[in-house]
Amino acid sequence: MDHNPANWGRPRADVYGPYNAAIHNAGPMARTQQPSITGTSVIAIKYNNGVMLAADNLASYGSLARFTDQERLIKVGEETVVGLSGDVSDMQYIQNLLERLIIEDNYEQDGHHLRAPHIYEYLSRVMYNRRSKIDPLWNAILVAGKKDDGSPFLAYVDLLGVTYSAPTIATGFGAYLAIPLLRKLAANDGDEKNITQEQARAAIDECMKVLFYRDARSLDKYSVATVKTDGQVTIEKDVRCKDMSWRFAEGIRGYGNQQL
Amino acid sequence: MRQQAMSSRMIYNRPIPVSRIASAIGDKAQRNTQTYGRRPYGVGLLVAGFDETGPHLFEFLPSGTVLEYFGAAIGARSQSARTYLERNFDQFPEASLEDLILHGLRALRDTLAQDKQLLSQNTSIGIVGLDTKFTLYDNDDVREWLEKLGDVGSTRGRPQPVEPEPAATEDAPIADAPPPETDTVEPIETDD
Repeated sequence: MDHNPANWGRPRADVYGPYNAAIHNAGPMARTQQPSITGTSVIAIKYNNGVMLAADNLASYGSLARFTDQERLIKVGEETVVGLSGDVSDMQYIQNLLERLIIEDNYEQDGHHLRAPHIYEYLSRVMYNRRSKIDPLWNAILVAGKKDDGSPFLAYVDLLGVTYSAPTIATGFGAYLAIPLLRKLAANDGDEKNITQEQARAAIDECMKVLFYRDARSLDKYSVATVKTDGQVTIEKDVRCKDMSWRFAEGIRGYGNQQL
Repeated sequence: MRQQAMSSRMIYNRPIPVSRIASAIGDKAQRNTQTYGRRPYGVGLLVAGFDETGPHLFEFLPSGTVLEYFGAAIGARSQSARTYLERNFDQFPEASLEDLILHGLRALRDTLAQDKQLLSQNTSIGIVGLDTKFTLYDNDDVREWLEKLGDVGSTRGRPQPVEPEPAATEDAPIADAPPPETDTVEPIETDD
C-alpha cells in the first residue's frame, strides 16, 4: 500500500511510469485562433484641427451580416477615440482593458490624465506581447487624439504588433480602397494643415460609400468620430451612405462569367 | 524608483509624474512598517522633479509618509534650514533661478556647525525645470555659486546683528543676545 497521500488517486508509477506534474500547471491551449465575429474596415484622416474616424456598424459572422448595431469607435478618457476592426470578442476585451486603465489612472486624482499617445503605447505593448505568446488579439486598431505639442495624433497597431503613424490610415479593405481616396487630400506628413473639417468629412463619406459598394462584408450605416485638438470629442451615430447608384445591378445575370 | 520610472516610459511613453513615483516608494516603505519580521527603511528622501502639472518637491519619510512642500530640508541640523525656508518661501514663486539657488545655499549655510564652511568639496547643487533636464553641479561647478553667495562660513557662534529701533515706542530697543554655545561634539557634515 502506498502511504504517501500525494500518490493517492493517481495511476501506479510502476505500471504507467512516473507521474507528469506538468498536468497541474497546464492552462488552456492558446494558439493562433480564427476570428469568429468580425468587424470590417476602420478609416481615419487627420485634418487641420483634429482627426476624423469612421467605422460601420456591422458585426459579421463569416458571410452572415449578423449584428447591424455594433459600435466600433470608442471614446477613451477625455480626448481619445479608438477604432477597432477584427474579432468582436477581442474588441470587447480591449474595451474592458481600456476602461480599467482609465479608472485606475484616475485613482490618484492628481491632475494627470492618460492621453492618446499614452493609450497607444499601452495598446501596442499589449498587442505585441500577445502576439509573442502566439495568442494574438485578432484586431487592427486605430488610436486618434492629440499629441503633447497640440497637433493631431493618429496611429495604427494590429494583431502582429505592427505599429505606424500617418496622416491617413485604414484597416482591412479600407487599406486598399479608402487610402488612395484619402491620400488625394493628405499625401504626406504635414498636409493635414490644409484640410478643413468639411473636406475631411466629405472624403470620409465618399470612402464609406465606396467600401459599401465593393466590400462584401460591409454595411451602409456607420459612425463618424471627430477628435479635435481643442479636446472636443464627438461621435455621430447612424450615418447612412447617400446618393448611391445601384443601377449597374439591373443588367447583371448570374455570377462573374456564368452565362445564364 | 528607477524601475517605476522605466516602466512608465515603456508602457505609456511618458515620464512618470513626480507625485506617483513618490507615493509608489511611500507605499513600499509603509509595507515594511506593518509586516512581521521587516524593518522600516533607514533613509529619508527629498524628491524633486518637474512634470505636466509643474515643479514638485516631496519629502519621503521611512514611515511611508510623503508630503509635498514649497521648501524642505532633512538631516541632522536641518531645522535651521527649515526656518530660513519658512521665512523666505514667499519669494520663491517669483524668484529667478539664480535667486533660488542662492536661497538654497543660504538655507544650507545655516545648518553648518561652528567654524565650518560651504566648500566646493562639500556642496552640490541639482536643478530641474521646464526646459531644463536634471543638471548636477559638483566640485568645480559649485565654486561659481559659492562666489556669488559671498559669505560661506557658518553663522553659529557669531554675534547677531542688532535689530533696528522700532519706530514711535516708549520701550527701550531690544538687542538680540548672542546665540547659545554650540555643542562640543564634532558633528558630521551634511551634504545636500
